[in-house]
Amino acid sequence: MTVWRALGGRGYLGSAWPWRAVAYLTSGALLGAVVLVVIVSGAVAGGALAVVVVGLPLLVLTALAGIPVAAVERRRLRLAGVAPVPAGQHRTPGRPGLPAWLATRLKETATWRELAYAVLFGVVLWPLDAAAVVVGAVLPLSMVAAPALVAAGGEAKVVKLWLVDTWPGAFAAAALGLVLLAAGAYALGVVAGARAELARVLLAGKDADRVTELVRSRVRLVDAFEAERRRIERDLHDGAQQRLVALTMTLGLARLDAPPGPLADQLAAAHGEAERALVELRELIHGIHPKVLADYGLHAAVADAADRSPVPVDVDLDLPGRLPRPVESAAYFVVCEALANVARHSGADRAEVSGGYGDGRLVLRVRDDGRGGADPDGGTGLTGLADRVSVLDGRLSLSSPPGGPTLLHVEIPCRPIPPEDPCG
Amino acid sequence: MPADSSGRPLRIVLAEDSVLLREGIVGLLTRFGHEVVAAVGDADALLAAVAEHGPDAVVTDVRMPPGLQDEGLRAAVRLRAERPGLPVLVLSQYVQRAYAAELLDSGDGTGVGYLLKDRVGHVEEFVAALAEVAAGGTVVDPEVVRQLLRRRRDPLARLTPREREVLALVAEGKSNGAIARTLVVSEAAVGKHIGSILTKLDLPPADDTHRRVLAVLAFLRA
Repeated sequence: MTVWRALGGRGYLGSAWPWRAVAYLTSGALLGAVVLVVIVSGAVAGGALAVVVVGLPLLVLTALAGIPVAAVERRRLRLAGVAPVPAGQHRTPGRPGLPAWLATRLKETATWRELAYAVLFGVVLWPLDAAAVVVGAVLPLSMVAAPALVAAGGEAKVVKLWLVDTWPGAFAAAALGLVLLAAGAYALGVVAGARAELARVLLAGKDADRVTELVRSRVRLVDAFEAERRRIERDLHDGAQQRLVALTMTLGLARLDAPPGPLADQLAAAHGEAERALVELRELIHGIHPKVLADYGLHAAVADAADRSPVPVDVDLDLPGRLPRPVESAAYFVVCEALANVARHSGADRAEVSGGYGDGRLVLRVRDDGRGGADPDGGTGLTGLADRVSVLDGRLSLSSPPGGPTLLHVEIPCRPIPPEDPCG
Repeated sequence: MPADSSGRPLRIVLAEDSVLLREGIVGLLTRFGHEVVAAVGDADALLAAVAEHGPDAVVTDVRMPPGLQDEGLRAAVRLRAERPGLPVLVLSQYVQRAYAAELLDSGDGTGVGYLLKDRVGHVEEFVAALAEVAAGGTVVDPEVVRQLLRRRRDPLARLTPREREVLALVAEGKSNGAIARTLVVSEAAVGKHIGSILTKLDLPPADDTHRRVLAVLAFLRA
């Protein structure tokens, strides 16, 4: 429900919407005045003190003022019932610590757009909010109060212009006030709606809606992809694999019964072929979706992948039990692809998978001592995995200077699944 | 001919959810003179059948209904906790160090086997492995051993290629005589290699085959 739809429907005057419009505009006026004071005093004091260096942090803080203002403004949008802007326009810093956070914030456009909004809010928007509330609510209310004022003081000055000192005049003013109050309620709804839409557009950037929808559809695609992999793995396991095992068993028994000779030789050859098919099928199924990942989680699956790697791999992970399935899956396939690249291209003697869980995110690093110079855009392998990681709001970065070493870094925000959950 | 490798006749409970494979394994075991007292299709039925029949050995698949996860392995670990000394042979579609480790850690590690399901195709080897497990031995699939050996950690680097070969066979649960036959050397030479391996890995010398296997596996898993 938005204020727009409420304006078109019946019973608007009796609903909470006029009150919400007044609340939105009043809180905007108060907040905007505070923002004006903070930004002006921050800029003035910071500019004056810049010569003695202490002013510089103050200026930086003032430049960042748009961030909390925008956060509050996004929340306030709910009052007007306008679709909230998705949060998370800011990037996650690559490293922990204040310097990295500051560097990230000062370099991204979202910070400056939000500062621009805060300045606009402090200079232009809040006076308009205040004016709308005064015209649409305060003045009509003062007219409605005219009879009471006349009763108390013998006369009332309506809207500071007309002096009313008679009862008929006072009641006429009150009646007019009621009409204006009703009209003002509608006007305030329109103003609040427009004001909220303006804030939404300015805070969201132009493509936010489309991006949100794209992100959603990408998440759906990845989920569907994952489900399909599991289905294929299950079908192959329950069907072809069982039949092949049964076939090798039948051939094995037949070999016991066959008298030595050409028949026995052919049975042996058939037996060998069936076994090779079984081995290939097993590897194929493992590549599609490894059972150990589903049963024992990321640590065991990474150890398993390390065991399979032709280059010796050390594994040093510190994980608290199980993580959400899509996270485990994405992290596992990133490690597999990285180890495959190490084996194929790096010429490394050793590789290491390290990392752990902390501060609400899974961090994995794959390092090798090879010749470096890996190009993330060269193959689709890592690009596809970076997409998969970014769907989970994670990040994947590759550092591979010529001469090495190559370091792949993956970060995915997530929460561990409580250990007592058997379905995890 | 096959009766030699099958040892004494055993009363077996078999758990395998694929009907095709279950019937096949029943036929195979019967052929080698064993009696399958119950052939079931899920983990709960396995636990019930063992309670009812008190078999000499259990053969179970890892993945079974209802969850199609690792119910068979869970049931095997539980059976070994409830009935110490009950030989259990677990068949797995995949080589997983984690499965093998969990199974070997259950009970005292004797009378237990972990084989790749493909091995049932090598009917005689499969039946021999079952007899070994039923006699209290430890059998681990060569593929698992190969995976463990591939983690080239420093102490293993001290072994000669021949010693690594012997180590792999020890870890599969083979006796000195069997290793000697596989490598076509004398039993005394095998004994010497094993002594040298155990020394290099700082493991206590052991006569008993399964204890030797366990020591080696414990070292490899560490």
